[in-house]
Amino acid sequence: MSGVRMDAAGGGRGAGTGTADGETSGVHMGAGGTVGGMRGAFAPSARRLRALARAELALLGRNRGVVFTALAVPLAIPFTMRPALDQLDLAKAGLSIGTTLLTTAIGFSFLFAVYTALVSAYVARREELVLKRLRTGELSDTEILTGTALPPVLLGLAQALVLCAGCAALLHTGAPKAPYLLLPGLLAGLVVSAALAALTSSFTRTAESAQVTALPLMFLSMAGSGISVPTEFMPDRLASVCELLPLSPAIRLVRGGWTGQLSAYETLGALATALAWTIVAVFAVRRWFRWDPRR
Amino acid sequence: MDIDEHEHVIEVTDLKRVYGGGFEAVRGITFSVARGEIFALLGTNGAGKTSTVELLEGLAAPAGGRVRVLGHDPFRERSAVRPRTGVMLQEGGFPAELTVAETARMWAGCTSGARPEAEVLQRVGLAGKHGVRVKQLSGGERRRLDLALALLGDPEVLFLDEPTTGLDAEGRRDTWALVRELRAAGTTVLLTTHYLEEAEGLADRLAILHAGRIAVSGTPAEVTAGRPSRMSFELPDGYFLGDLPPLADLGVCGHESDGRVVRLRTTELQRTATGVLTWADRAGVELRGLDVRSASLEEAFLGIAQEQGVAA
Repeated sequence: MSGVRMDAAGGGRGAGTGTADGETSGVHMGAGGTVGGMRGAFAPSARRLRALARAELALLGRNRGVVFTALAVPLAIPFTMRPALDQLDLAKAGLSIGTTLLTTAIGFSFLFAVYTALVSAYVARREELVLKRLRTGELSDTEILTGTALPPVLLGLAQALVLCAGCAALLHTGAPKAPYLLLPGLLAGLVVSAALAALTSSFTRTAESAQVTALPLMFLSMAGSGISVPTEFMPDRLASVCELLPLSPAIRLVRGGWTGQLSAYETLGALATALAWTIVAVFAVRRWFRWDPRR
Repeated sequence: MDIDEHEHVIEVTDLKRVYGGGFEAVRGITFSVARGEIFALLGTNGAGKTSTVELLEGLAAPAGGRVRVLGHDPFRERSAVRPRTGVMLQEGGFPAELTVAETARMWAGCTSGARPEAEVLQRVGLAGKHGVRVKQLSGGERRRLDLALALLGDPEVLFLDEPTTGLDAEGRRDTWALVRELRAAGTTVLLTTHYLEEAEGLADRLAILHAGRIAVSGTPAEVTAGRPSRMSFELPDGYFLGDLPPLADLGVCGHESDGRVVRLRTTELQRTATGVLTWADRAGVELRGLDVRSASLEEAFLGIAQEQGVAA
């Protein structure tokens, strides 16, 4: 079991630090000199991330409520929406019930397994003074944020992969037509969700109030990012605005990966939007993330 | 880097800290700690002890002045300083749902050159608590877990913010013994406390903070020197203050009395005590509640609080 975790943590690192590296460079750049460059810093950094992620995984496992929501919602909700989706003429938009349900489920996975779970994790650690205590040690700020994020992010990734396999087998969606879009799509969704979770935690007083502060992004994404209703069914002008929402590019890429109907232009647009949101979130986290309890 | 006995491991110059609301918690303090020294910061609540230590730990940037720990800025050069320091915050900071062993393992994974967790837990007396969740530990056990983690990396410099608060008498003595062992091994220790006997018994040098400034600093002997000793007793029935020998002749520099209890302050304790006791012996009376004590840190502490209170 621990072997799996170690590999997973090591593998996930690339994804996590891509965002996070920029995050604290302002605080931390000056310190790099003694470490001897990236190569020298990599092994201890991976070790620290693994140690923190392992502890966070144990904590995640002990938080029954969060685990239940994270696991059950993305799997259960899409199927309750099926009757509504049956009313839409999916085929006309080049979609099938399978691909629509799949992206809905993956969207919910971003929101529940990653975003809300991570908002409460960041807030709980901050209020317990864990973040402050960690900052007295050797972990960099980036490592603290990334290590805490790893278990939910990996959970979201695992869930998305299971959903893909499950939908392909059970809903006859067949193999994705543009699988190379699937990975960037998942990556964008996970990274943006994690970064926005860190940002949301800054404005959240207690773990309980996270249930309220997380709502705006949840509603916005469900309604506008094509998670509940594919943007194809919106008026054009509304759809083009909704495409700019934080999780929209991830959903478009995942759906496009399945249908193969995303043009190169649309793909670039989605990637650029995802990147822009990541950059904005990282800057906002650097500016507003709170390490000390709100009192 | 050669080890110089007199090397200043911690150097603080005109340090200031201002909080968001404009409150000046630290108002320009200067001190240094040599390698292998135990330095105590004393003060009442709100004097600025924790605010100062947090700057030394590199948790925040000072509003003014300069901090150097092992020659580096602990805030800007985190990765140069952290592998060589150990920190115990005033309040824990461990996830309540992790066990002691999981917490130690996590911290060891984040610490270069970490000692075996079991050894360090044993050292602070938590050997039997490996499987216990942090939320089930007593306040004193949590302090000891915190101390264990601060020691994991064999730090050269140890910051202990109120290390014995919440400990019972025995736990406190154990912690003191441990800190003395660490000093014997060459560790530099900076601690804050509001237990005066802790500072008096443990610290090589200390500073008393008051309202964000250092009111007095030096060795415990230097800080108490010049402070008056005290003698107090109850006058027997039928006797008055005027029945005592002239107080000035006994070296008394100040006195107060409510008619029964007499409190004398003196710079010559032996002369004062001899004079009063000889008088009592000749008069054939017993002095109830007799208490004779040489100047202690407590005198210095209370004296400073009073003087500064008046000055402010």
